[in-house]
Amino acid sequence: MTAAPAVEAVELVKHFGQTRAVDGVSFVVPTGTVLGLLGPNGAGKTTLVRMLTTLSVPTGGTGRVAGYDILREPTQVRRSMGLTGQAATVDEILTGRENLKLIGSLYGLPKSHVREATERLFDRFDLTEAADRMAKTYSGGMRRRLDLAVSLLAAPPILFLDEPTTGLDPQSRSGLWAVLRELVDEGTTLVLTTQYLEEADHLADEIVVVDHGKVIAAGTPTQLKDQAGQASVVVTLTNAADLDDAARLMRSHSPEVHVERGSRRLTARAAGLGDMTRIAAVFESSGIELDDLGLARPSLDDVFLHLTGHRAEAEAADGTTEQTPEGVTP
Amino acid sequence: MTAVRTPALSPVTRPPISPPSLLRASTAIVWRNLLHIRRMPEMLLDVTVQSVMFVLLFAYVFGGAIAVEGSNYREFLLPGIMVQTMVFSSAIVAMGLTNDLQKGFVDRFKSLPVPRPAVLVGRSISSLIHSSIGVVVMGLTGLLIGWRIRNGVVDGVLGFLLLLLFGFALIWLGIWVGSLMRTVEAVQGFMFTVMFPLTFVANTFAPTETMPAWLRTIAEWNPVSAVTQACRELWGNGPPAGPDAAWPLQNAVAVSVAWSLIFMAVFAPLAVSAFRRRSRD
Repeated sequence: MTAAPAVEAVELVKHFGQTRAVDGVSFVVPTGTVLGLLGPNGAGKTTLVRMLTTLSVPTGGTGRVAGYDILREPTQVRRSMGLTGQAATVDEILTGRENLKLIGSLYGLPKSHVREATERLFDRFDLTEAADRMAKTYSGGMRRRLDLAVSLLAAPPILFLDEPTTGLDPQSRSGLWAVLRELVDEGTTLVLTTQYLEEADHLADEIVVVDHGKVIAAGTPTQLKDQAGQASVVVTLTNAADLDDAARLMRSHSPEVHVERGSRRLTARAAGLGDMTRIAAVFESSGIELDDLGLARPSLDDVFLHLTGHRAEAEAADGTTEQTPEGVTP
Repeated sequence: MTAVRTPALSPVTRPPISPPSLLRASTAIVWRNLLHIRRMPEMLLDVTVQSVMFVLLFAYVFGGAIAVEGSNYREFLLPGIMVQTMVFSSAIVAMGLTNDLQKGFVDRFKSLPVPRPAVLVGRSISSLIHSSIGVVVMGLTGLLIGWRIRNGVVDGVLGFLLLLLFGFALIWLGIWVGSLMRTVEAVQGFMFTVMFPLTFVANTFAPTETMPAWLRTIAEWNPVSAVTQACRELWGNGPPAGPDAAWPLQNAVAVSVAWSLIFMAVFAPLAVSAFRRRSRD
């Protein structure tokens, strides 16, 4: 709490002609934490990152990165942060190693450091074998990793990632997540934009939901899920024959119980963990056998739908979202 | 249990960052651009194979039909075609810059603690090198077919310096266009539409005396003609402009230098402000 914030946005505004791409956005990212900027395409996420990383000049407001003002001290800001842009901005014609060499000399880093760091980063990102191949021969995931390696060359304490996993296959995505987690464990502050609720949920300590250039919600993933609606206790029975008894038992604790016969599943609205343990105790003493009992919170996708009236991800438009159970498994 | 993360501003020991000077940053960018040329030698086709081809085409296909007073056509041709090559370096710089803007290289660059003009300076220098390769290839082809520098070393070198100066001046036009346009294809279309009349309605490939009067006036006031005439005089590749030629051709060297300075004065501020505007968003 007393630590200086790593990144601050103060009433940032950016207009492109008549379009208000960013319309007064403020947030604070404490040092060592991960902020997820969540929003659909065109919400203004990229523009926010471009302003904070001094690529784009705000129409109004300002920001601070590592305590430096983005308008008055851009050079200091650039020395304090790394950026991995939306389109992987590696040079395709250069080899992986040459990409790092180029950025190293543009940072004015000692050659010995660049050599040593290149080996270390390539080893970490599994690029050693491809180090001397032109980047245009790399797969999408490799390019992103190279881009990240380039951003990490000067070991910046703050890293901005603009949609780091967009367009990656699930395997590359989880690989990249693991790397980002390691960086956070080492103390790096991350600001990442994403359209993927799952990604924000997985990585971010704090989420700022942006839509049409404005912040429409902010909080921890749990807070946001609580905001979207109540949790529920989900019980799966071992024997379908117990369904009616189980429903009666649950109704005595919760007014609303939903029964799914096919899957032998009962869902009851719950205020929180307290309700879940009470219901668990009731079943324990009743002798009805359970396969599973858990607390389900609304997913971030539900949150987004609740906040904006539209879904965040195009892929989710077919309504395949599920409540994610978290909690006990007997 | 307090799950407060250590408020470490530097996660790992940071290496010393010493933001490079404009010169060092530009050198790094030139290195990168030249690597591109080495990896994609086809980028040089325009100034290598095409140069030889154009020299030979003009010398042998058209040359016989073009009479040049007081000189032979091959001597007359070489300075003209070299000036054309330098003029085209503005198209090369424009395409390279648009490509870098499009591909996000300029963004990456802007996120680094580097003097921002470096990307332009680096581009200009590598484009001049690119065009100079063409001039060298043409020179060698010219030597094989009988072109010679006849006025000694000093004037010879001055001629090449004049070429470089004019090329450098026009590079700012390229940077301006490259910053204004969105795609490499658009830049290519625009630049070639401008460059062809600019380099052909001139004394580059044929004497202006035989052109219709109005066209001759345009051709002789064309800056390209002054530079071509200046090179011919410096290299001893042709007679001085006749008494009926337009004033710029009578004072070709001085006028060439003046045009170069005027182009720089006009296009450099336009280019820098367009590039800055492009890179504000």
